[in-house]
Amino acid sequence: MELIKYPRYVDESKCIACNACAEKCPKKVPSEYDTGLAKRKAIYVPYAQAVPLKYCVDPETCIYILKKRCGACVKKCPTGAVDLEQQEETVALNVGSVILTAGFQPFDPSQFDSYGYAKHPNVVTSMEMERILSASGPTGGHLVRPSDDKEPQKIAWFQCVGSRDLNRCDNSYCSSVCCMYAIKEAVVAKEHAGDGLDCAIFYMDMRTHGKDFERFYDNAREKQGVRFISSRVHTIDPVPNSDDLELRYVDENGDIQKEVFDMVVLSIGLETSAQQRALAKKLGIKLSDNHFCQTATFDPVATSRKGIYVSGAFQGPKDIPQSVIDASAAASAAGEILADARGSQTKAKEIVPETDIIGQRPRIGVFVCKCGINIAGVVDVPAVADYAKTLPYVEYATDNLYSCSQDTQDNMVEIIKKEKLNRIVVAACTPKTHEPLFQESMINAGLNKYLFEMANIRNQDSWVHKNNPELATQKAMDLVRMAVSKVALKEALKESELKINQTAMVVGGGVAGMAAAQSLAQQGYETHIIEKSDHLGGQALNIYKTTSGEDVRSKVKDLIKAIDQDKRVHTHLNTTIAAVDGFVGNFKSTLANADGEYSLEHGVVVMATGGSAFEPDEYEYGNDPRIVTSLQLDKMMMAKDPSLASLQSAVFIQCVGSREPQRPYCSRVCCTHSVHNALELKKLNPDMPIYILHRDVRTYGERELLYKEAREAGVIFIRYELDNKPQVAIKNGAITVNVIDHILGRPLELETDLLTLASAVLPNKANDLAQFFKVPINDDGFFVERHAKLGPVEFATDGVFLCGIAHYPKPLDESIAQGKAAASRAVTLLARKTLHTSGEVAETNPMWCSSCGVCVSICPYSAPTFTEEGPFTGKAQINPVLCKGCGLCVASCRSGAIHLKGFDNDQIFAQIFSLDEAVR
Amino acid sequence: MSKDVIGSVMVVGGGIAGMQSALDLADSGYYVYLVEKGPSIGGVMAQLDKTFPTNDCAM
Repeated sequence: MELIKYPRYVDESKCIACNACAEKCPKKVPSEYDTGLAKRKAIYVPYAQAVPLKYCVDPETCIYILKKRCGACVKKCPTGAVDLEQQEETVALNVGSVILTAGFQPFDPSQFDSYGYAKHPNVVTSMEMERILSASGPTGGHLVRPSDDKEPQKIAWFQCVGSRDLNRCDNSYCSSVCCMYAIKEAVVAKEHAGDGLDCAIFYMDMRTHGKDFERFYDNAREKQGVRFISSRVHTIDPVPNSDDLELRYVDENGDIQKEVFDMVVLSIGLETSAQQRALAKKLGIKLSDNHFCQTATFDPVATSRKGIYVSGAFQGPKDIPQSVIDASAAASAAGEILADARGSQTKAKEIVPETDIIGQRPRIGVFVCKCGINIAGVVDVPAVADYAKTLPYVEYATDNLYSCSQDTQDNMVEIIKKEKLNRIVVAACTPKTHEPLFQESMINAGLNKYLFEMANIRNQDSWVHKNNPELATQKAMDLVRMAVSKVALKEALKESELKINQTAMVVGGGVAGMAAAQSLAQQGYETHIIEKSDHLGGQALNIYKTTSGEDVRSKVKDLIKAIDQDKRVHTHLNTTIAAVDGFVGNFKSTLANADGEYSLEHGVVVMATGGSAFEPDEYEYGNDPRIVTSLQLDKMMMAKDPSLASLQSAVFIQCVGSREPQRPYCSRVCCTHSVHNALELKKLNPDMPIYILHRDVRTYGERELLYKEAREAGVIFIRYELDNKPQVAIKNGAITVNVIDHILGRPLELETDLLTLASAVLPNKANDLAQFFKVPINDDGFFVERHAKLGPVEFATDGVFLCGIAHYPKPLDESIAQGKAAASRAVTLLARKTLHTSGEVAETNPMWCSSCGVCVSICPYSAPTFTEEGPFTGKAQINPVLCKGCGLCVASCRSGAIHLKGFDNDQIFAQIFSLDEAVR
Repeated sequence: MSKDVIGSVMVVGGGIAGMQSALDLADSGYYVYLVEKGPSIGGVMAQLDKTFPTNDCAM
C-alpha cells in the first residue's frame, strides 16, 4: 500500500494545543465541524475534544501558504511547532489486511429548488440542526433559527430528503437512520424550548426498526406531543416580509393544507461520495448500484476482493450500533486470516522494576503546570510552586511550561530518581485525559502508579476564575495543599494477575452462534457450542431465500458442515446449562444432557440463544389452512407446495403481534420478508392480485429496492391504523379481509386464497442463563447489552458477549455480523491471556460486615458475593476482577465495612480537612 | 494458510466504525495503521448532539 500523507503544517510532537496560533491567525473561515454555522481560523483544531488535540493548517485558506505573507502563527507558537513549509510525504505500508470504514457523506439538498435550502436561511439540514441543538455548537445549545436568532415556535422536519427518491435525485434506497434522528431532534428541541414548541414530522413511513426505537417513537407521539404527518411536502414558500416559511402539502384525506413554520429541517440521507467511490475503484472492490460496498448475506463484511473488509455506512446506510457491530465483525474477519501472525508486529514494553516504599517517610514531589498561558495567564504558577515547598513532606516542587510535553516527562523521571521521591502531585489539567500519562512516567521511574494525585488548577480554576487572578492563585494553593495531604497517605496498590482460560463457550447453535464459533475457532481458540435441540441451524433453516435470492437452507448446511469439520469446534447437542460458577476468564459451567451432567471450563461465553416466531391469536389463525404465518409460507415455498401455483390472490397482514401495547417493539424483519415473499408469489403468477396491509413499510437500507420492485410488479400496499385493524372472516369457505383504504377512506373487502400473517419475532426464554451469568433482560425478553450504541455485542458483566436475535430481531446478515463481532470482542479478552485487575477496587472487612446484602444487589458488575465457606461464611466479599472501583457499595454499606483502595476514608478526610483550613 | 502473513492491518477511515475495528484488532495482537483523511478521528458521530434512545451525549 502506498499512502500520501498530507502536511499538517504543525509538528504533532511539539504542539501543545495552547491556541496561541489560532488567537493570532487573521483568517476566519466557516467551520466544517459546525456545518458552516460558526467560524474557525485557518490554523485550528476541528473541535475542543478532537483527537489528536493538535492544531493543523488549512492550506486552502492559510494566507502564508496561498500568498507567502503573514506567518503570524509561526512567530506566536511557544514551542516552535508550526512549520508552514511542510511537504506531503509518501508512506509505504505492508499490511496483511485492509478494513474500509470510509463512511458516507450527508446528502446535499441545495439541488432541490422547491425546498429552497440555498435561498432560505431557516431551511436547515439535520446535520445543521444537530449543531444548533448541541451545547458545544454555534449557539451554545440555545435553539434559535439562523436568519434572525429568533426562538422558533414551530419547526417542521421533512423525511426522505435525498433518500427513497428517484425523481429529484438518484438515491432510491432508504437511509435507515433519518426517521429516528428526526424524532430525537424533535424531542431534544422540545427539551430545549419547552412544550410550547410545535414539532411536526412529515414522513412517508416511520421506520423505527431498531432496538427500543419504537418506544421512543411512541413516547414522542403520545407523551411529548410531536406531530407525525404522513405526507411528502411539495414546496416551501417564503412568507412575504418575514423569515417564516409556508408549506403546502396534501394530507391523508387528499386535501391541500397550508401551514406556516418558523424553521424547516431537511432530514438528509446518507450517500457515498465521489471520493469514496474513487477509493473503491483504486482498491478494485465492487460497489452496488447505489454505490455501497457489495457484500453477501453469509459473508456480510467481506468485499469482492480477498483480504479487504468493510464496515460502517460505506457498506450500506446504517446507524451507530450496526456500524459498531460490523466494525468488530470486520476486525474478526481480518483476525481469521491473520491468526498465524498474531503478535508478530506488536511490541512489548520494557518493564522497570518497582521500588518498594513500605516504611519510607513520604517524600512528595509537586509539579505545577503553566499550561502555556492557560493556567499561567491567570494563576501565579511560580508562587504556587514556592508555596508547595512549604507543605509537610514536600521535598521537591517546581513549575513547568507544559508538564505533558515529552521532554518534561523525561525530566520528571530523572527528578523522581534523583530526589528519591515516593509520591507525586501534578497540579495541571484534568486527570480524565492526563492521569495515565503522568502515571506512565512514574512507572518508568520505578514508582507504583497509585502513589499519585492530580490537582486540576486549569478546568476548575484558571478557566473559571479568569477575572480574579489573586483568588485563583489562592485556590490553586488550596487545591495543591489538599492533593498533598491526600497523596501523603496513599499506599502502593497491587494489581493482581489472573490467567484467562483460552476456551470459549457459545450458547445456541443458530447462525449467529455458529458464526461466532467459527470465527473464534479460526482465530485459534477451542470453542464449544451448546445447543438444546438435536441439530445446528436454528431458525435459519425455516427461511426460504435471502433477499438477494440465495437459498438459505443450503447456505446454512454449508456452515454446519464447516463447523462439523473444524476440529476446534465441539458441538454439544441436546444439551442445556444447569449451573455456572466463576467469572471472566475462569467460568465453570455445568452442562446437562440425557446421560447426565458434566462440567466445562471456559474463559468467555457468547449468548446466541435466538428467538422464535409468535403464534398469532387473531385474524382467524388456526381456523383455516389457508391462513398461515410468514415462516409457514416459506415452508410451503421450500416444499414447492402445489397449492401455491394455483393461487388466485394473496393478502399479507403486517405487524401481527408487533408494535402492539403488549409487545411494543418492531420485529424488524417482517416487512422485508413479506415484500420478498409477495415478489416470489408474483413470479409464480404475475397477474395475481397481492395486497400487503401494513402500518409502515419498513424496508430499510437497500431493502427499499425490493419494496420498489414489488410496487412495480403490481403489489398493492394499504396502510391500516392500530385502532382500525383489518377484519378477517371465513364466509362460505372463502377468506375475506376487510380493511379501510387509507387513500379512498372507504372500506375494502378482499377475498383471498392465502392470508399470510407477518407474526412477531419473540426472544427465546433465557431467564436461567441470565441469572447464571448475571446479565439483564429487558421488558420484551431481549438481553440488555452494555451500551446501546457503543457496546452492542457485550454485557456490562465482563467476559459475556451476545449476538443474534437474543439481542433483538434481525435478518441473517446482521445476525452473522453480530456473531463475528461477538467473537472479535471475545478475542480481545482471550488474546491478553492474563487479566490485570485495577488497584483501585473495593474491599470488605468481614469482621464488620452485617451480611445485609445491599452491596450484592447494588453492584452493576456483580462483583460482591456472599462468602460460601470458611470462617466468614455469609459475609460479603468483593471479586477484584469484576470490581470497577465505582464506590457504589462503599457509599451504601450501612456497617462501614467496605473501603475503596485509593479513596480510603483517612485519605479523603485528610483532603477535606486541609480544605477546612481554606474555609477558615 | 501460509506462514508468512503479515500481522498488521490498515483501517481506512477514523469514524466510529474505523475506531472500533482498530481497537479490536490492536487488542487482539495486531499492529494497526488507522488512516484518516481529516486532521482528527471521530467522524460524523462527533458532530452529533445526542444519541437516542438514551439521549447520551454523542461526544
